Amino acid sequence: MNGYSEYMLCFMLFCIGLYCVLRKRNIIKIIIGLGIIEYAVNLFFVLVGYRSHGRAPILAKDQTILNMVDPLPQALVLTSIVIGLAVTALIVAIAIRIYEKYGTFDITKIRRLRG
Amino acid sequence: MKNKKEVGMTVIVKTITRLTVGLILLYGIYIVLHGHLSPGGGFAGGVIIALSFIHLMLAFGREVALKKLSQASASILESLGAIMFLGIAILGFIGGYFFLNFFLHKGKPFALFSAGIIPLCNIAICLKVGAGLFAIFAALVLFKGSDEK
Amino acid sequence: MLPFFVIIPLGAAFLISLLGKKIKNIDDVLANLGTASLLAFSLYSIILVNAHKILVYKVGSWVPPIGICMVLDGLTSFMLVTVNLVSFVVTIYSISYMKRYTDKHRFYTLFMLMLAGMNGIIITGDLFNLFVFLEIASIASYALVAFGTEAEELEAAFKYAVMGSVASSFILLGIALLYSYTSTLNMADISLVLSQKGTGLLVNFVLVLFLMGFGLKAALVPFHAWLPDAHPSAPAPISAMLSGVFIKTLGVYALCRVLFNILGVSHNILFVLIMLGVISQIVGAILALAQQDIKRMFAYSSISQIGYIIFALGIGTPLAILGGLFHLFNHAIFKSLLFLNSGAIEYATGTRDLKRLGGLNSQLPITGYTSLLGSMSISGIPPLGGFFSKLIIIIAAVQSGYIGFAIIAILVSILTLAYYLKFLRFTFFRKFSETWQKTKEVPLTMGLSMIVLAVICIVSGLLITPLFKPFLQSAVNVLLTGNSYKDLVFGAIR
Repeated sequence: MNGYSEYMLCFMLFCIGLYCVLRKRNIIKIIIGLGIIEYAVNLFFVLVGYRSHGRAPILAKDQTILNMVDPLPQALVLTSIVIGLAVTALIVAIAIRIYEKYGTFDITKIRRLRG
Repeated sequence: MKNKKEVGMTVIVKTITRLTVGLILLYGIYIVLHGHLSPGGGFAGGVIIALSFIHLMLAFGREVALKKLSQASASILESLGAIMFLGIAILGFIGGYFFLNFFLHKGKPFALFSAGIIPLCNIAICLKVGAGLFAIFAALVLFKGSDEK
Repeated sequence: MLPFFVIIPLGAAFLISLLGKKIKNIDDVLANLGTASLLAFSLYSIILVNAHKILVYKVGSWVPPIGICMVLDGLTSFMLVTVNLVSFVVTIYSISYMKRYTDKHRFYTLFMLMLAGMNGIIITGDLFNLFVFLEIASIASYALVAFGTEAEELEAAFKYAVMGSVASSFILLGIALLYSYTSTLNMADISLVLSQKGTGLLVNFVLVLFLMGFGLKAALVPFHAWLPDAHPSAPAPISAMLSGVFIKTLGVYALCRVLFNILGVSHNILFVLIMLGVISQIVGAILALAQQDIKRMFAYSSISQIGYIIFALGIGTPLAILGGLFHLFNHAIFKSLLFLNSGAIEYATGTRDLKRLGGLNSQLPITGYTSLLGSMSISGIPPLGGFFSKLIIIIAAVQSGYIGFAIIAILVSILTLAYYLKFLRFTFFRKFSETWQKTKEVPLTMGLSMIVLAVICIVSGLLITPLFKPFLQSAVNVLLTGNSYKDLVFGAIR
C-alpha cells in the first residue's frame, strides 16, 4: 500500500466530488463538487511527475542539478486549471440567472424540461 | 446637508488598500516579465494583476474601480491580448513554421531579455487573463436582474 | 497549411469581438468569409491526401515527440470537409435568423470559437492538445446553448455544463494515467510505447474512462440525458451545428482515433461498442415517437442515428466501417437540414408544438419540400443518400453474422420512418388551419442554405460510385491500419 498513496488520495477526493455532484440539492454545492473533481484530477496529474529525490525543475545560475521532478505535467496542469476556472465562471453566471428566473436554488424544483 | 452613503469597507481596510494595491500590481508585472526565469509566467501574473483591480473594487465599491478600468475597456484589452498572441504565432510563418522564433535570438541564459518570443507571449497572455478575469467580475457585479430595475 | 484551420476561426472570433459593436455588419462578413475560406481549404486537403497519403506538420519546427505535431490523413480530411461544409451553410443561414436575438456579435464570436475547437480536435496529433481543443469547443457550446436566456434554456445549459465537465474530468484522468504509464503524450509515440511495453490492466481501465468520457460527448445511451434538453434550447443554427457535427467530432471521431489508432481494439471492445450502438438505436427511436416538440423529437432521433454509426464501427469489418463513416456524413447533412427547417418554422410561426401547427406547405413551400427530402433521406427511402448508408450497414451486419442486430436495425429504421411521417403530416401536409394565414416565406439566405443542403442530400448517394469512392475509402483505410498508424506518422516525419 506504500507505493500507491497518491492514487488513493486522488481517488478519494474524486469520489467525494462526485458524491457532491450527484447527491446535493443546492446548485452552489454542485458547483463546489465540480471544483473538487477538477482539483483531484489536477493533483493526480502533478503527482504523477514526481521522481524520488527530485527537486523543483528550475534552473538557477549557480547550482548544478542532479535530478529533478518531471516538468511537463506542471505546464499541462497550469492549462487545465485555467480551463477549470473558465468553466466555473460560466456555470456560476448561469446559476445566478437561474436564481433570477426560477426563484430557488433547489434543483429538484428546477425541472420544467421533462420527458 | 445629507450624509452620503458609505460604500465599501471600513476606514482601516481603505487605508491599507491605498498602500498595497500599487505594490500588488507591480508584483504581478514582475512575475509576468520574469516568466522565463522563475515560476509564474502569463497566467499567474495575469491573475495577480486582475486581483489588484478586484481588491480596489472590494474595498472602495464598484464606482471607484470601474472609473479606473471600465468594463468596455476591459473587453477591448482582452481581445487585443488574444490578437497579439495570434499575431506572434502568425509571424512565425515568415520563417516557415507556425510559432517559429526567428526574430529574437535566444540570448544569454538567466538574463531578462532572452529566450526568444516567450516574454512577448507572456505579456499577451497576461493582458488576456487579467482583463478577462476583471471583465467577468465586473459583469457579475453589474448584473441587474429584472427585480432591481 | 494545416494550422490555418485553427488560425482562421480564432482570428475571426477575436476580431469580431473587438470590432463587432463599432462597425455594422462586419460580423456577418467576417464570419462568412472565414467559413468560406475554411471550406476551400478542406476541399484542397482532399487533393493533398490523395497525393501524399499522410502529412505531418511540426508546430514551431520542434520534432515530435518533443513538439506537437498536426497530422493530415484520410480520416482527417473526411471530417474536415463534413464540419466545414455544415458550418458554411449554417453561417449563411444565421445572417437572417439571428436578427431576432440581440448581441449578434457575441453569437458569432462563440460560434467561431466552437468551430476553432472542432477543427483543432480533428487535425491534432497530440493527446493533451486534443483535450485543450475539446474544452474550448465544449465551453463555447455551453454558452451557446444558454444564448437565449429563457428559463428553460438556462436549466438545459446548466445540466449540460455539469455533465460535460464531469466527462472532461474523466478524459483528463485517462490522459494522466496514460501519461504515467508511457511518459509521452504524442499519439503515435504512445502507440509505439504500448506495443513495446505490452498492455495490462491499466490500459483497460484507461479505455473504460475514455469510453465514459467520449461516450458522454457523443450521447451514447447511458450518457445521453443532456441531449434532449440541450439541443432544443439552443438557437436553431446552433442546434444544427451541435447535432450535426459537434457530437460527431467530439464523440465519435475522438473515440475512433483513440480506440483504433492508439490503444488498439480487440474483440471485447468492439462487442461493447455494438451493444451500446444497438441500445442507443432502440431507446432513441422509442422515445422519439412520444414527443410533441419538433426539436426534441429531432434530438432523440440524433441519439438513434449515432447509435447506428457506433454499431457500424463496432462491427469492425471494412464494409461496416465504410457504411458507418458514410452514415456519419449523411447524418451531418440531413440532421442539419432538419434543424434548420425547424428554425425556419419557428421564425415564421413562432411555435414548435406539433399540436398547433398544420398545413404549412402552402405558405412555406421551400421549407416543406426540403424537410420532405430530409425526412425521406434519414428514414432510408431510395434513391436518396440515407438509403445507401443504411443498406451498407445492414449488409455488413448480416455478413459478419449478427443477424439479430441487423433485424433490430431494420425495425428501428421503420420506427424512424414512422415518427418522421408524423412530423411531416402534423406540420405541413395537414388540413390548413386559419391561424397561419399570414405567415410569409422565410428570407432568402435561410431558404438558400436549406436548398443547398437538400441538393447534397439527394446526390450524396453518389459517394459510393467509383468516381468518388476514394474520398471515403482513404478514411476507412486509416481506421483499419489500427496500430500501424505510428509507422505512418513516423515515416512521414523523417
